[in-house]
Amino acid sequence: MSVVHHVAEAVLLARIQFAFTIGLHIILPAFSIGLASFLMVLEALWLFTGRQVYLDVFQYWLKIFAVSFAMGVVSGVPMSYQFGTNWSVFAQRTGPVLGPLLGYEVLTAFFLEAGFLGVMLFGREKVGPRLHVLATCLVALGTLTSGFWILAANSWMQTPAGYVISPGGRFLPANWWAVIFNPSFPYRFVHMVFAAYLSTAFAVGAVGAFHLLRSPRNEAARLMFSMALWMAAILGPLQILAGDAHGINTFRYQPAKLAAMEGDFTTRSGQPLVLFGWPDMKTQHTIDKIEVPHLGSLIITHSWNGTIKGLRAFPRNDEPYVPLVFWAFRLMVGLGFLIAGIGLASLWLRWRGRLYDTRWLPRVVLAMAPAGFVALLAGWTVTEAGRQPWTVYGILRTAESASPIGAAGVGTSLAAFALVYLVVYGSGLRFVLHLMARPPAPGEAGPSPDLPLRSTGITPTPPLQHPAAGE
Amino acid sequence: MMTLPFLDLPLIWAVLIAFAVLAYVVLDGFDLGVGILFAVEREDEARGVMLNSVAPVWDGNETWLILGGGGLFAVFPTAYAVIMPALYPAIIAMLLALVFRGVAFEFRYRATSVRGRRGWDAAFALGSTAAAFCQGLALGGLVQGIKVVHDAYAGGWFDWLTGFTLLCGIAVVAGYALLGATWLVWRTEGALQFRARRHARALAAAVLGLIVVVSLWTPMLSPAFSRRWFSWPGILLTSPVPILVALLAWGFWRAMSRRQERAPFFCVIGWFVLCYLGLGISLWPEIVPPSLTIWQAAAPPASQAFLLVGALVLVPLILAYTGYAYWVFRGKVHAGTHYH
Ligand code: HDD
Ligand code: HEM
Ligand code: HEM
Repeated sequence: MSVVHHVAEAVLLARIQFAFTIGLHIILPAFSIGLASFLMVLEALWLFTGRQVYLDVFQYWLKIFAVSFAMGVVSGVPMSYQFGTNWSVFAQRTGPVLGPLLGYEVLTAFFLEAGFLGVMLFGREKVGPRLHVLATCLVALGTLTSGFWILAANSWMQTPAGYVISPGGRFLPANWWAVIFNPSFPYRFVHMVFAAYLSTAFAVGAVGAFHLLRSPRNEAARLMFSMALWMAAILGPLQILAGDAHGINTFRYQPAKLAAMEGDFTTRSGQPLVLFGWPDMKTQHTIDKIEVPHLGSLIITHSWNGTIKGLRAFPRNDEPYVPLVFWAFRLMVGLGFLIAGIGLASLWLRWRGRLYDTRWLPRVVLAMAPAGFVALLAGWTVTEAGRQPWTVYGILRTAESASPIGAAGVGTSLAAFALVYLVVYGSGLRFVLHLMARPPAPGEAGPSPDLPLRSTGITPTPPLQHPAAGE
Repeated sequence: MMTLPFLDLPLIWAVLIAFAVLAYVVLDGFDLGVGILFAVEREDEARGVMLNSVAPVWDGNETWLILGGGGLFAVFPTAYAVIMPALYPAIIAMLLALVFRGVAFEFRYRATSVRGRRGWDAAFALGSTAAAFCQGLALGGLVQGIKVVHDAYAGGWFDWLTGFTLLCGIAVVAGYALLGATWLVWRTEGALQFRARRHARALAAAVLGLIVVVSLWTPMLSPAFSRRWFSWPGILLTSPVPILVALLAWGFWRAMSRRQERAPFFCVIGWFVLCYLGLGISLWPEIVPPSLTIWQAAAPPASQAFLLVGALVLVPLILAYTGYAYWVFRGKVHAGTHYH
């Protein structure tokens, strides 16, 4: 008995370690995906219009990008070894399917990012503006490609397809197309890319708002604020639609997860939508709930009396930890509506020509700075906690996936990770905030190693001759 | 997925993974080496030059490590699932050390006080040294053998910790430092280059000594190793290795005394390649000695073939644009230039 207990403890520690390390990692790639695309757009706009402000904002965010990208890389490297160190049974069984996906991620994405990152950060003087914008585009493409493969891998674990199981219990690929484009992948990829863009938009918008509140005429601050709100106005509502589609897909392929998200224990036709309440796993009831009749069925099945299975229809030991899934889902959706709401409000103000004239909008945007990242982490909590107790949904249990490493070993490494990450990412956050606190200046300098620091007002590249350049 | 019976996929992949690991060792070897030498360089400006000589390329260099790990997971999953738990503490410590040295590239310039900057400089030096040492430990731990039962690791946490692994740890630190020193000889000038030359001479002597000791020790670890080295006809393949090492040593000192700048770096790379070949001769055809051969650890052909198609197209492409990135930043890194 005590052996079983011991193993369960080691598995729990390994799960905490995975959740902690990937929770930190995911924030950085999401920021990198968003910033790389943002930088690409800025540099292209500068190249086409020649307006100095685009270059200034580009250089400003490039420095922040350099810091966050370095943190993203070093937080990612441990991830690729963690499947082996803490989840070796999982690695041995799923390696034939998941391994090549991660292999393609390295070959198509990581090398591309790393190869052109140096040029992007330090090479402006050496390669000229056109090749430089190409390098920026390739880095942005790399970040998106990396999201593509890693989400294919994760989605396969959620909704496995295109495989057969060998006599030894290993997953063998049967159809690669089906493996990659497994049922939940398209939804997850779209939703995640939107999430990365929205999270970045709110970080950028908050920095703009901060400087706008201090100096309302700062052109660069206005640009950031405006671009971020365009993003919120367009992608905010689209993200709600994408999330809805994602949820309907979850209903088809992971019904127990959906029931946990909704807090439904009983199977009903015409399922109400539970707004708030406490899912009590002991009694298998959601208590103290506020609900809207029929709305649950309407959203998920698109019919007034559609049937939604409740958790009691599943074996007790196949249930995830419901309150976590339930509340994380509400946090994400709440923030999603708030984000879309702000986007729409900005459209209204923009249409009235008053986008920069209120005090409340920049204040709200500033307060919402971490909103996207919080929603993103909440969303991943729904996804990952909701698929428990499985690592490969319905087939391989989490408890059977772990390495033969004892609790003491996993616990020690967890403590070491926690300590190192606290120091390193704590400092990183401080440095990034420090960079953000400084307003973007005209003639902002970039992070080029061979450039003697020049006085402000001089562009690092020959200024383009353009009528708009003088404004 | 088509199967190609005439191709020995595990063999091809063993060669490719071996190439990725070698590329990693040589490339990240020199930038980790620069980090190790940080510990003995006191001048702030010189430190800046050292860092800038590797800043644009270190990320690409480290990606080969991810390819090594990811590739192992993809095409030899059983080896991956055995090696990682077996070397658990060394691997975790290496990853954490890499965290410190990776962020130091940026953080050094973001620190708001002199003390802060010194702190990140120390993190860079310590992180680089610890990462190199742990890689040596992992290498030694693999070479001396891992206990496997039913395709899973069956030993304790610290089975890898022996005199041999400690020696390998020291050898890798010295080897990387030597690579770093010769890199600096090539890419810097003036006082810094002068100091790098001095370090390179001392380190080269130490590294040669360590190569001899490790090479004599390895065949004693297992009768299979010594059979591969000393019996006929294997000896035809193995005897040139020490001869070539000696030739390169001669070339190295000649280049040093003639004040050549590039040749020493490539002589040292030659040593690394030869030691690596020697290691390959010892292990072949095992991927986890003494129990798993490359065929036993291999993923099914459908997995190996799928990734191979991509690798054959992409690896040359990667090499091409990596070469381009190195070319963009060619030439001496000057003092007095500013970063950020
Ligand atoms: C800025 C971030 C963000 C925002 C505003 C939203 N989401 Fe989300 N959501 C994510 C970021 C995210 C995510 C982090 O990207 C997840 C985790 C895994 C995934 O595919 O996307 C996610 C997962 C996720 C899932 C889980 C699917 C599964 O794992 O099976 C559902 C059903 C939704 N979302 C639905 C919504 C709805 C209805 C939203 C609208 C209000 C919404 N999300 C806003
Ligand atoms: C949704 C999930 C994930 C996404 C979208 C994602 C995306 C990214 C991106 C864009 C980068 C490079 C940019 C940066 O680091 O800032 C990155 C780095 C990295 N990620 Fe993740 N990642 C995810 C999860 C994971 C997981 C689960 C692993 C482990 C297998 C992993 C392994 C890595 C590694 C090794 C790196 C460093 C590569 C480099 O040198 O650039 N990532 N990831
Ligand atoms: C390739 C992508 C991913 C893979 C292969 C993967 C794999 C895993 C594995 C093996 C576990 C441990 C077993 C378990 O407790 O479920 C886990 C847990 C977890 N993962 Fe993922 N994951 C991926 C992406 C992500 C991302 C991007 C996040 C975002 C934050 C994430 C968050 C979590 C969390 C929170 C847990 C703990 C869940 C719990 O213990 O209830 N995962 N994942």
